[in-house]
Amino acid sequence: MSKTNSNMDAITKPLATLGRSVLFFGQILAAFRPDAKMFRAILAQVYFIGARSLVIIMVCGFFVGMVLTLQSYVELSKFGATDSVGVVLALSLFRELGPVLTALLFSGRAGTSIAAEIGLMKATEQLSAMELMAIDPVKRVVVPRFIAGVISLPLLSMLFTLLALAGGATYAINIMGVDSGIFWGNMVSNVGFQSDFMMSFWKSLAFGIIASFIAVFSGYFTTPTGDGIGRATTQTVVVSAVVVLIVDFLITVLMTWT
Amino acid sequence: MPDDLIKLANLSFAWGEKVILKDINLSIPRGSVVAIMGPSGVGKTTVLRLITGQLSPTKGTVEVDGMCVSSMSHKNLYKMRRNIGVLLQNGALFTDLDVFENVAVPVREHSNLPEALIRRLVLIKLEAVGLRGAVDLMPSELSGGMARRVALARASVLDPSLMLYDEPLAGLDPIGASTILRLIRDTNDAMGMTSVVITHSVEDMMELADYAYIIASQSIVGQGTPEQLRENTDPRVVQFLNGEIDGPVPFHYPASDLHQDLLG
Repeated sequence: MSKTNSNMDAITKPLATLGRSVLFFGQILAAFRPDAKMFRAILAQVYFIGARSLVIIMVCGFFVGMVLTLQSYVELSKFGATDSVGVVLALSLFRELGPVLTALLFSGRAGTSIAAEIGLMKATEQLSAMELMAIDPVKRVVVPRFIAGVISLPLLSMLFTLLALAGGATYAINIMGVDSGIFWGNMVSNVGFQSDFMMSFWKSLAFGIIASFIAVFSGYFTTPTGDGIGRATTQTVVVSAVVVLIVDFLITVLMTWT
Repeated sequence: MPDDLIKLANLSFAWGEKVILKDINLSIPRGSVVAIMGPSGVGKTTVLRLITGQLSPTKGTVEVDGMCVSSMSHKNLYKMRRNIGVLLQNGALFTDLDVFENVAVPVREHSNLPEALIRRLVLIKLEAVGLRGAVDLMPSELSGGMARRVALARASVLDPSLMLYDEPLAGLDPIGASTILRLIRDTNDAMGMTSVVITHSVEDMMELADYAYIIASQSIVGQGTPEQLRENTDPRVVQFLNGEIDGPVPFHYPASDLHQDLLG
């Protein structure tokens, strides 16, 4: 009997979570009001999330750019194609590494703190107190953080890509001695606005929605205990990473279809 | 105008299979301070959450001011709650806002008053609980008793007609406790409110309350004015009021036979 139950649980629990997340997403959209109060709250959250993630994004971006250049330079030099190192760098950054790595760093840095913050507000009855004051906690707590995440991730992704390009250029031009005119020139003529830059943007926007939603969802539906909040933060990182990588593949398939 | 602000009729509540409350009939007259007492874990807080509409009864009705809470739309429920002040067990202050902003939250949310007026309103409320001087402190800098008083100021800032207190004295030192007791009585009488206090501290409530209900084993086992309750001979009431360890409320949580459990 209990065996059947646990088997059923294995099917019904993920389904219930899925259903709940669809409803919660609807609730978030319904609670969104573009008024001054919400605008101020979103702005404050963009500042928090941006400030929280800025340093890590910049440092990681710079080093990813350098290591990427180093690796491709070694391989390209075998074919005498080191002039293209800038192209390889830019394409991999715009199409994949910029949005994906930023999303992973974002969920590790900002996502976890959003989940923990909302979870703690739940555990200390602050969300309940809001409801009792006739204040919708979804509207006042969840929506600003969610929207701020959706706005921040594309911006952070651009910053990451920019710093990675700078890091790569520093390494290629100053250390490996690639001609700077060739490095930038090849890059500019081989990177497309629609195919590469916009792909970067659409991906980071999608990842922003995914990572922010998973963070607020994990926090809002956490078991209100220390243990529960711990699980919510872990879940934020793990689930975000898996979903981001799967969706990354799907978007790439869609955008390269034609 | 009906005399009872709150009316619970034939009310039952269960979490899944577990019955918490069964056939509760309870009414709270306007203007009074009513205590709902009982041992921990007996469903007192559930009563509070039923009144505010955060939970819906499995059976029976909850009426606040003549309107049935459980059949209200989300919008009307929120409208009703603007008229209710709730003091939760730990105060539940917003930890990212200072004392002033905490008290200002309901005002900012539900009105478009100019900043100068909000400031006056908040300061008056803080003065009433004796914490005008703490206006710039963060919740983490407050003692338990002070946090409770700030929460009381916040709960009453919109001058609600009904105040609900969930264990307002839990964890407070004697001075803090008597301060809160005074404030409950004073706000109630000065503002013409109705107050419901959920608690297990018997002596304090016998002094404060006009009327009290005692809930034990899923139902109301005793009610009346403090004097009437003291004369009540129901063993469940006597055990609770005197704090006896064993009685109708058993010391042991239901368990299998000890001998069998230990020796197999």
